[in-house]
Amino acid sequence: MSEYAFEVRDLDFWYDDFKALDDLTFGIRANAITAFIGPSGCGKSTLLRCLNRLNDLLPDAKVEGTIELFDKNIYDDDVDIPTLRKRVAMIFQQPNPFPFSIYDNVAYGPRIHGVKKKSELDDVVESTLEKAALWREVKDKLSDSGLELSGGQQQRLCIARALAVNPEVLLMDEPCSAIDPISTQKIEDLIHELKKKLTIVMVTHNMQQAARISSWTAFLLAEVESGSAKLIEYGKTNEIFTRPKDKRTENYITGRFG
Amino acid sequence: MRRIEDKIAIALLWMSSLIVLAFLFVLLGYILIKGLPVLSPRFLFSFPHGVEARGGILPMIAATFYLTILAGFIVSPIAIGGAVYLTQYAKPGRLVRMIRFGADALSSVPSIVFGLFGLALFVSIFGYSMIAGGLTLSLMILPVVMRASEDAILAVPRSFREASFGLGATQWQTIKNVMIPVALPRILTGLILGIGRAFGETAAVFLTAGMAINLPFLPTEPGRTMTVHLYLLATEGISLDIAFGTALLLSIFILSFNFLARYMGRRSVKGGR
Repeated sequence: MSEYAFEVRDLDFWYDDFKALDDLTFGIRANAITAFIGPSGCGKSTLLRCLNRLNDLLPDAKVEGTIELFDKNIYDDDVDIPTLRKRVAMIFQQPNPFPFSIYDNVAYGPRIHGVKKKSELDDVVESTLEKAALWREVKDKLSDSGLELSGGQQQRLCIARALAVNPEVLLMDEPCSAIDPISTQKIEDLIHELKKKLTIVMVTHNMQQAARISSWTAFLLAEVESGSAKLIEYGKTNEIFTRPKDKRTENYITGRFG
Repeated sequence: MRRIEDKIAIALLWMSSLIVLAFLFVLLGYILIKGLPVLSPRFLFSFPHGVEARGGILPMIAATFYLTILAGFIVSPIAIGGAVYLTQYAKPGRLVRMIRFGADALSSVPSIVFGLFGLALFVSIFGYSMIAGGLTLSLMILPVVMRASEDAILAVPRSFREASFGLGATQWQTIKNVMIPVALPRILTGLILGIGRAFGETAAVFLTAGMAINLPFLPTEPGRTMTVHLYLLATEGISLDIAFGTALLLSIFILSFNFLARYMGRRSVKGGR
């Protein structure tokens, strides 16, 4: 397996005629946790959503440049987008379980990808809820609505739902920003556990969180006049946090702006 | 001086709302007093007989439900399909605006015009029949149900859609497995309101389903709905008692539809977020 899960080259991203991302080039390592940090509105989430082409849902979005996922450009014409999104699953900022039962939430992905046998679905539901450290809490109420869980549990349910399609990469868009500290702790433990088998890319606002759990950190910043985001600095997390090379990175992580 | 003006204004506003409420009670009360003596199990479950149409109105109740349910079955797939297309697939532009405008215009066409159209088209094919009436009614309520379905689908939170796409679902899978199930309570609310309108419709029905007193079985059979029965009893002076009994029953059914629609609407507020 190659060292990089994603290789981003000369990536520009446009909303209508606004250039949101400006000429990004970097690689995201496989089986590691990479964090995107930067002030609000600096394009972190936009970049994340380029990685599984979720931005395609926006009518006026346009991408230039290439993003290779294990050596295959995901913006090539012959790419099957549902298959791509199955390989690169996404966890959102607000927990967004479907208003269905816990079981149906987890079984949603396998079902749309063609798993029909009840016994097979049962196995997937149990094993992924185990992986998401939620099984013990919900095993007796699988038919309850996913919306009846607490915020932190809902987010772990969403992680289970994503894991159920057996992805290679997990994208997380500020997965802990809407939940309490204890649940955050649980989810961070879970991310650590998942790193062994998956590539994880997360956007975070929380410097400590980025420092605690990621191995690699990318710092993005929007230029003042144009508003376009550039990659300012990218490297090993401990180096970025202890010896930032760029003055702007240092200012940001020491809390001088953002 | 200002305070007196204020008081007068409040009194007038209060009175106008009181008049609305009073009118409702007078109307319902009058129908209740006149109609209640007629209501009995026999009235619900037997055929009319004699020149004064004594006995029951079973065939009319049956024909009314038959027509309404048939119209509901015809209108649902078209309305939901149209709503899905307009909200999910169609590119915003002239065609969409024209379809919306068409639907709105259609909903303000007088029902007798629908009846005439149904007579010219459907009756000439099927004769006076449940199917001719059902088709006419479904055309009539299509705009209402379609607009309600559109609103219901648009009200589904974007996060559900993104979650589904994010798991690798196709657009159709997302619509079928997430959008429609989540929107369903509100779609049903719209459908029930539309059906309520069909249920109480008279003009479009007697031109298409006919006036024959018949317990309809096949969709090609004619029938007389409760509203048509009521109309004939009253205009031809056959029996005002039976007319009021029919009116009371009709009001009870339609009020139940309204309560059902409200109940469904409330449930959807609780269910989706």
